[in-house]
Amino acid sequence: MQRIVKPKTQRGRRALERKEPKIFENSKSTLFFKGGNTSQTVTQVLKEMHTLKKPHATMFGKKNATRPFEDQSTVEFFTSKSDSSLFMYGCHSKKRPNNLVIGRLYDSQVLDMAEFGIDKFVSMKDVEGQKASMGIKPCLVFSGDLFEENDDNRRVKNLLLDFFRGPTVDNVSLSGLEHVMSIHGANGKVYIRNFRVLMKKSGSKTPRVELQSMGPSLDLSLRRTRLASDDLFKRALKKPATAKPKKKKNVSHDDLGNKLGRIHMNTQDFAKLQARKLKGLKRKGPVANGTDAGDESKKQKVDET
Amino acid sequence: MAATQSVVDSILSTTDDSKFKTIQVDSAELIELDEGNLLAVNENKVDTKEFRKRTEEILLSSTRDATQCLFNSLWQLPVEQVEGAYVVKLPEPKTWLPREKPVPKKKPLTKWQEYAKSKGILNKKKSRMVWDELSQEYKPRWGYKRANDDTQEWAIEVPDNADPMEDQFAKRKNAKKERVAKNELQRLRNIARSQKSKVPGVGLTPTEKPSKDQLSKALAVAHKSTASIGKFTDRLPKEKPSRFTGKKRKFEPSIGNLKSEKEKQLNLIETNAKKLPKIDMAKATNRALRQEEQTASREKQSRKTPKKAKGKKALGLGKKASGGRTGGGNKKTRGKRKR
Repeated sequence: MQRIVKPKTQRGRRALERKEPKIFENSKSTLFFKGGNTSQTVTQVLKEMHTLKKPHATMFGKKNATRPFEDQSTVEFFTSKSDSSLFMYGCHSKKRPNNLVIGRLYDSQVLDMAEFGIDKFVSMKDVEGQKASMGIKPCLVFSGDLFEENDDNRRVKNLLLDFFRGPTVDNVSLSGLEHVMSIHGANGKVYIRNFRVLMKKSGSKTPRVELQSMGPSLDLSLRRTRLASDDLFKRALKKPATAKPKKKKNVSHDDLGNKLGRIHMNTQDFAKLQARKLKGLKRKGPVANGTDAGDESKKQKVDET
Repeated sequence: MAATQSVVDSILSTTDDSKFKTIQVDSAELIELDEGNLLAVNENKVDTKEFRKRTEEILLSSTRDATQCLFNSLWQLPVEQVEGAYVVKLPEPKTWLPREKPVPKKKPLTKWQEYAKSKGILNKKKSRMVWDELSQEYKPRWGYKRANDDTQEWAIEVPDNADPMEDQFAKRKNAKKERVAKNELQRLRNIARSQKSKVPGVGLTPTEKPSKDQLSKALAVAHKSTASIGKFTDRLPKEKPSRFTGKKRKFEPSIGNLKSEKEKQLNLIETNAKKLPKIDMAKATNRALRQEEQTASREKQSRKTPKKAKGKKALGLGKKASGGRTGGGNKKTRGKRKR
C-alpha cells in the first residue's frame, strides 16, 4: 500500500522500509506478552521461551487484558508495533489454568493459533549443568503420533516448527549445533524438552551424539485451536517467482566436484593463425616508393595464404 | 544390500566397541530428515503404557537417535572453512512454511513514468557532483551545500521589464513554494490513480502562461468556491455560461400535457412494430461518400498498375509488395487522400 502521509525523517522512512514486504524475508521475530492475570508458572515459561528465542524476540512486561481467541485485533496491533509475526501469550484463569497461546501471523493478520495448558513445567534454573549458548538455531525433533492424527494436528505441528525453528540461515557451523528441542505429541499432550548436545568421539568424522537435559521442559495439553482456512494458508505459502534461483546455463559439475564451463566461440579464421615465426614469412616494412606500395601489400597477402 | 550393510556395520561396531560408542541408529529408516530446517521427524511408534512409565528416558533416547541421524546426514554435506569454523551449506528446506508478509507487488507507475514508457523516454543519468563556478569546486547537484544555490544570493538583478518595486526574493520563494505544492499534488493524484479511486479535480495548477481554456476553468472553479457553492456569486457582465459546469438532467413533468405524451408513445410503438433500423443520417451519408471515394481511387490505381509495376506481382509477391505502401509523395502528403 502506498502511504499518503510521507515519513518526515530519513530514519522514519528506513524504519517503514524495513517493515515492508520483501522478496527475501527476514527471520520471523516473536512477541511475548501476558494477559490480565498470569500465574508464576506462565510468567516463567514466557521468560524462558524469550531467552531461547532472544535476538529475534520482544517481551512486553506489562499486563494486557486481552483474549486472543475472542478478539484478534489486540494481537494484531501489538505484533505490528514490534514487527513480529509470531507470538506467545500467557494467562491464567479458573476455567483455563496456566494457559499458553502460540500463534503466527500472515500479512499482519492472525493465521494460526493454538492454545495449550501447562501441566508440568521444569525451569532452566532447576536443571543443573551448562546451557546452550544464546541465539543459536536449534535442531528440532518431532515425534509421536499426535501430529499425524488429523489435518488440524498436522497444522499445529507446522505452527510449532515455524515457532521454534529460529533464524533462517543458509549456512550452519557444525560446532554451533548444540541445542536440540524435542517435541513429542501423544494422547492429546505435547511434551517439549530441551537438550544440550555433547559431541563425543566415534572413531569417524561424524561425532557420536549424547544429549544432556538443559530445560525448560514443558508438558502441554492441547486446548482450543484457531487455524487458517486451507485457501488462506495456501496463499501464505506462495513463493515469489523472483525468489527462485535462475538456471545457470553452460555450467556443469563433474563427479570429482570440478566446475566445467561450455564456451561458444566463433569459427576460427585460419588465415590469421599465428604459426611459428620465421624470418622469411615476416611482413616487409613500408617501402620507400609510394607508387609501388599498393602492389607490394597485395603480393604479401597472396604469400600469406 | 541392506543385509550386507548391517553385517558390515555390526562388524565395524564390534571392532570399535572397545573404544567408542557407535554412530549407527536402529530403525533409522523411520526418521525423516529435513536438513534445511535442521529438522528430524521420528515416526517410530511408542507404546503408550511404556511411555507413561518411563517418559523421560524414552524422550531422551528417541531424541538422541533422531539427532544422531540428523548429524550423520549433516556431516555428509560439503564443508567449508570460514574463519576457523567448519561451515555446512544447508540444502533447501523441504517443509514449506508460510511467509510473514505477502509477496511484494510492483510499484504502480506514475503518470509521467507511464508516458515516458509509451514514448520510450529513458532516464538520463546525471552526475551527483557538479562544478560550482563561484567557489571553484565540485559540489552536490542538490541538497545541503549544493552548487549554484540561488537561495543564498544577497542581491538579485531586477529584470528589464519587471516591476521595480516587486520583491524578487519573495517572488523566488513563492515560486519554489508553488512548485513544491504542485509536486505534492501530483504525488497524491498518482496515488489516487493507482488505487483506482476518483482523482480529485484540480481547478488550476500554476502555469506560466495560462491559456484561455485554463482561465475559464479557473473562473468556473472560483465561482463555485464559496460556502454556498456559488449560488450567490455575481456574474460578470457579458459572461457566457461556463462549459465546465455539468449539465443538469431535465425530466418531463409527470402530470401535464397528455396530448404530447400520447403522441410520443404512439411513435414509439410504431417504430417498434415496423422494426425499422435506426439510421443516423449524417453517419450513413459519410460512409456512403467514403466508399465511393475508395472505389474511385482503386479504379485509378488498377488503371495505372498493369503498365508500370508488374515484376513483383508476376513473381507472386504481389499482394504484400503492393500492400506495403501505395502512392508516392513526401512524408507530409503520404497517407492523405488524393483528389
